Amino acid sequence: MHSCADNLVTDTPDDEFECVAHRPNSMSDKPLHYCPGCTHGIIHRLVGEMVDEFGLLDRTVGICPVGCAVFAYEYFEFDSIEASHGRAPAVATAVKRADPRRFVFTYQGDGDLAAIGTAETVHAAARGERITVFFVNNGIYGMTGGQMAPTSLPGQKTTTSPGGRDPALTGHPIAVCEMLSTLPGVAFAARVPLTSPKNVNLARRYMRKAIRAQLENIGYGIVEFLSTCPVQWGLTPIAAMKHIDADVIKVYPPGVFVDRVPDARAAPVGAETDAGSST
Amino acid sequence: MPVWSVRSERCKGCRLCVEFCPRHCLEISNELNAIGYYPARMHDAGKCTSCALCADMCPEAGIIVVRRKRKKKT
Repeated sequence: MHSCADNLVTDTPDDEFECVAHRPNSMSDKPLHYCPGCTHGIIHRLVGEMVDEFGLLDRTVGICPVGCAVFAYEYFEFDSIEASHGRAPAVATAVKRADPRRFVFTYQGDGDLAAIGTAETVHAAARGERITVFFVNNGIYGMTGGQMAPTSLPGQKTTTSPGGRDPALTGHPIAVCEMLSTLPGVAFAARVPLTSPKNVNLARRYMRKAIRAQLENIGYGIVEFLSTCPVQWGLTPIAAMKHIDADVIKVYPPGVFVDRVPDARAAPVGAETDAGSST
Repeated sequence: MPVWSVRSERCKGCRLCVEFCPRHCLEISNELNAIGYYPARMHDAGKCTSCALCADMCPEAGIIVVRRKRKKKT
């Protein structure tokens, strides 16, 4: 589909060149509708890379949220379901229980997962559903015009908190990973800021574990991405990433909160996965 | 020399690839593309090491990096 050497290197033998970066095969060729510099695009690409890497294209079902990523199903080659606002974990539970062979993930923003869908999220985690959650936390309602979200930082100026968020009036931000980490059904919970190539690589490592938590039938996996919303924050994409590194990670410390997934290197799983991918 | 290409008609000129290129070989073009942004372009291909960090940060998944295979150590 988007094979590397498509039009770049045509008159040289293929075995001389290798592709180090290209659009994942699980992603469709449609242009993304996100604002310039929005990390949604990076996370879409990471999801596509993971589905490619695990060879799950045939049996993946993505559950799309309401929010900026409402059209996520347009950008992937696998099947997706559009859930009502916040109900993605409930839909994912249904799909996974109906057909446990499927790889089911939800892709949710903070207004979806941490506001209207908190109950579904907490109870899906409490039941230890075998689903994987990719949580995009940018601390604001981006699509609807930059309103305050439960995850907005104290003092953050939004269209509904023009003087800055006042915790005495509107409460403190919800740290979803910390909240879920107390539940025994959660197999993997980690938070990563998407602010540099190094952190993108770290995000890949976390996503592999969260996916393995489901595939190896261990439990619920969640990866929280600290994302930017350059337009609604009123910053350039680069300044928005610096804002995450300087301020956001003080409220949302990155790291692994729960890890019940055994290390791939500890057991000779490598040989098995090699054999698995070739069949 | 590695082959670097961006789909200029998709690029929204967010500058993330320019910012995170460790060899500073990318820049923003001064010609608008069809969707009204100034796309990124390679201006010093000789310095590119095909590390693909630009592609890691590209939110449009529009960067392709191809390089000559390294010879295997025997």
